[in-house]
Amino acid sequence: MLKALVHITLKPGVLDPQGKAIENALTHFGFQGVGDVRQGKYIELDLQDGDRATAESAVQEMCERLLANTVIENYRVEIVEKT
Amino acid sequence: MKAAVIVFPGSNCDRDLKVALAQSMGRDPIMVWHGDTTLPDVDLIAVPGGFSYGDYLRSGAMAAHSPIMKEVIRFAQRGGAVLGICNGFQVLTEAGLLPGVLMRNKNLRFVCRDVFLRVDHNDTVFSGAYETGQVIRVPVAHHDGNYFIDSKGHEQLEDERRIAFRYCDETGAINERANPNGSLSNIAGVLDPTRRILGMMPHPERLSDPALGGNDGRAMFDSLISALG
Repeated sequence: MLKALVHITLKPGVLDPQGKAIENALTHFGFQGVGDVRQGKYIELDLQDGDRATAESAVQEMCERLLANTVIENYRVEIVEKT
Repeated sequence: MKAAVIVFPGSNCDRDLKVALAQSMGRDPIMVWHGDTTLPDVDLIAVPGGFSYGDYLRSGAMAAHSPIMKEVIRFAQRGGAVLGICNGFQVLTEAGLLPGVLMRNKNLRFVCRDVFLRVDHNDTVFSGAYETGQVIRVPVAHHDGNYFIDSKGHEQLEDERRIAFRYCDETGAINERANPNGSLSNIAGVLDPTRRILGMMPHPERLSDPALGGNDGRAMFDSLISALG
């Protein structure tokens, strides 16, 4: 059985005030040398399909149509064996 | 004019929208559940504010894929008028009926207060009862109202006069102080190329009755009656 690991991140240049708030908090808590922070989403899906290529293509389409808003987000799909 | 209001799980401004529409129409709009697959025969579809699907994943993202939305898209393609308010605006952008995206407010806060809007164009079915340049007072209540579009899209909106409302101060001046959420160019509402689909973050239906403290929203619903019969 396969599993899809999906990373959804803001496109470069898109304002990320939540990332900025995290950056400020880290600095405030005493962590040195923290630069730009960007926050994204991580989604895991268990897949019934056994074929790796079909799975990847299906999840890419899920990203295009629902999981990511491609106006402001990029996505990266990784298919792994479910352990 | 016959109208329908779409109700998603988590919509909470549908009743206010029904009341505002009924006041101008003289009868109630039809309330349509998101899971329905057919629309009644209407001239206007209104998509209300609220927290459809709890804003999970992204505001409006899952609602945009509701069964009824296929029909709303077909309705729009046939020239039907569509009004999306707040979460409704988010649903319309996620459904591809309007360009751009609504992001988390720049100051990260849920903003809940009256704002001033400049009516940039009164040549639409939504704004005929306003004057171009008129300043109106309408409330906002949102966490994800920061409108963004790429520079090419922005240029197109400006060239085609499709920015319907902008956040302004009480004198009508467009500035940062008047912008509650960081929206690009103080954009509060946008139109599609046919000017028959409007999405806006503020809530005209919440100030459409002097008893509620303001009446500037009423003209939008009156405009629709005038334009659509």
